[in-house]
Amino acid sequence: MRPDQKKLILLFSLVSLFICYSFYLYQPGLDRQHLPSAIADKGKKIWQEKNCAACHQIYGLGGYLGPDLTNIYSTRTRAHIRAFLKSGTSIMPDFKLSDEEITQLTAYLQSIDATGVAAPHQLKVNNDGTLER
Amino acid sequence: MVLLKDKGLKNKNALFFSYFLAALFLFLLALLFGIIGAFQYIVPGLFKDGLSFEKIRPLHVSSAVFWIILGACGTVSYYLHTLRQGLWSLRLLRLQWYLMATAILFILMSYMAGIFGGREYWEFHPVLAVPIALAWLLFLINIFASVKIFRRQPVYIWMWLTGVVFFFYTYMESYLWLIPSFRANVVQDMTIQWKSYGSMVGGWNMLIYGSGICLMDKISGNEKYSRSKMAFALYFLGLFNLMFNWGHHIYTLPVPKYIQYISYSVSMTELLLLGRIIYYWRGSLTTAQKHYHLLAYRFLFAADLWVFLTLMLAIAMSVPAINRYTHGTHITVAHTMGATIGINSLMLLSFVMDIAAIGSEKIKRQISRALYMAVGALLVFWLSLILAGITKAYWQMHPEGVPFSTMMQKLRPYFIVFLLSGISLASALIYIISHVLSVLCIRIGCVFPRIEEK
Repeated sequence: MRPDQKKLILLFSLVSLFICYSFYLYQPGLDRQHLPSAIADKGKKIWQEKNCAACHQIYGLGGYLGPDLTNIYSTRTRAHIRAFLKSGTSIMPDFKLSDEEITQLTAYLQSIDATGVAAPHQLKVNNDGTLER
Repeated sequence: MVLLKDKGLKNKNALFFSYFLAALFLFLLALLFGIIGAFQYIVPGLFKDGLSFEKIRPLHVSSAVFWIILGACGTVSYYLHTLRQGLWSLRLLRLQWYLMATAILFILMSYMAGIFGGREYWEFHPVLAVPIALAWLLFLINIFASVKIFRRQPVYIWMWLTGVVFFFYTYMESYLWLIPSFRANVVQDMTIQWKSYGSMVGGWNMLIYGSGICLMDKISGNEKYSRSKMAFALYFLGLFNLMFNWGHHIYTLPVPKYIQYISYSVSMTELLLLGRIIYYWRGSLTTAQKHYHLLAYRFLFAADLWVFLTLMLAIAMSVPAINRYTHGTHITVAHTMGATIGINSLMLLSFVMDIAAIGSEKIKRQISRALYMAVGALLVFWLSLILAGITKAYWQMHPEGVPFSTMMQKLRPYFIVFLLSGISLASALIYIISHVLSVLCIRIGCVFPRIEEK
C-alpha cells in the first residue's frame, strides 16, 4: 500500500458521508407541513433587516437581552404584539415600522409559532439521554 | 500608511505582518464593542437611539470572527512561506488582503448604518459576503498551490488543507437561505444554518490547531509529533466531529430524531480527546517548564488549559439531557467565550509572539504578567456566565409565571461580575496587543513605534 493511502481512503470516506448527509438535509421535506405564507416571508425579511436575532431567540437560538419569541404569538394577543412592534420598549428601539410591516412581522411570528413549542421543560428525557417531544 | 508595498519596507515579511496588524486592530475593536455590549446589560437602554444592542452585537461578533480569520490566514501563509517551500503567490496573498480589508471595513460601516444580514450569529449583508468568499477562494488556491506535493506531509498540512476547504464550503452553505426553498421553512432553515456555522468553526479551528502543531514542531526542533499516528488519529477525530457534531445546537428544535442521535454519538468521541489531554497533562507540564523562556509557549500553554475547560463544557452540552438545561442560556455564551478567547485568541497571540520575535526581556516579563491577568480574568468572566446560565436554566425549567424581566433582574449581580472581569480581561489583552502592535510596526517599518526594543 502506498504511503498515505489508508489516510486518503479514510478522508474520502468521511467526505463522502458528509456530502451524502448534507444533501439529504438540503432536501425540502424536513418539515413540509409548516411552510409560511408570502406575507410571513416578507416578515422574515424584516426580522433579518432589523437584526431582531441580536436580542431575541427562536427555539433558544439568538441573543440574550430579550425573551424567546418562538411562541409569543400563542401566548400574547395580536394587539399586545403589535403595540410592542409599534413603539418599542425602554430597552428595544422604536424601529419606526409601518402598519404593513408590523402585519408582516406578526405573520412571521405566527408561522414560527406553528412549527412547535419551545419549552425545554416539556421535553421528555429518554433513558439513553436523548430528548423526546 | 505603507502596509502592503514591499518596496521601502524594512522587513521582507511586511505583507504577512499586515495581516497581523489588521487582525490585532480588529481584536481591539472586538474588545471595545464587547465592553460596550456588557454595559448595555447593566444599563438597559444605553445608547438605545444611536448604538443600540442590535448594532453592537454584530460589531463585536464580526470584529472577533475577522480577528480569528485574518490571524489564521496570516499565520498559515507565514508558516508556509518561512518553514516550508514558500508561498506560491505573494501577489495573490496581497490581493486577498485588500479584498478582505475592504469588505471588513464596509461590513463594520454597514452595521453602524443599521444594515444587517440578520442571521444568528455571524451576519452581514449578503452582498458583502461576495468579496469575503472571493478572498477565501484566493487563499484556498494559494495554500493548495504552495503545498505542491501531497504525499508524506505532516498532520498540520492536512489540517490546513481540510480547514481551508471546509471553511469555504460551510461559508457558501450558510448563504443557502438566499434560495427561497431553503428559507421557506423556519426549522429547516435553522437546521442548515447551524449545520454550516457549527462546521465553519471547525474549519477555522483546523487552521489554528494546525498552526499550533506547526509552532510546537518549530519550538521542539523536530517533526516527531506532527508525523505520529496519534496526531493523525486526533486529526481524523477532529474532522469527524467537524462534519457531524453540529446537531447539539438544535437538539431542542422539532427536527428528525436521527440528527440528535448522530450528533450525540459523534460528540461523545470527543471524550477521547479529553482523555488524551488528561493523559498527557504531566508531559505537557514538563515541556512547558523546559521551554518556559518562550512567550509563544506560555500562550500555547494557557490555551491548553482552556482547551480542557471548554472541551469539558462542550461534551456536557452535547448530552441532550443536559443540553435541555443549557440551551438558550448564558452557558452557551461561556462556551463560546472560552473557545474564542481562551483557545483561538490565545493560540493566535502565541503565533504572533513567535512571528514578532520580541527580544526585550523587560517586555517579555510585562507581557507574561498581562497574560496571567488575562487568564485569571477570563476564568472569572467564564464562571459568571455559567452562574448566570444556571439561574436562567432554572427559570426555563420552572415556568411559574415569573416574567423574563424579573429573571433578568436576578441575573444582574452576575452581569456586574461579568462586566468587571470583562474590563480586566480587555485591559490585559489591550496591553498585550499594544506591545505586539508596536513591535510589528517597528518590524514593518511603519508609523509611530511606542517602544524601543533593547
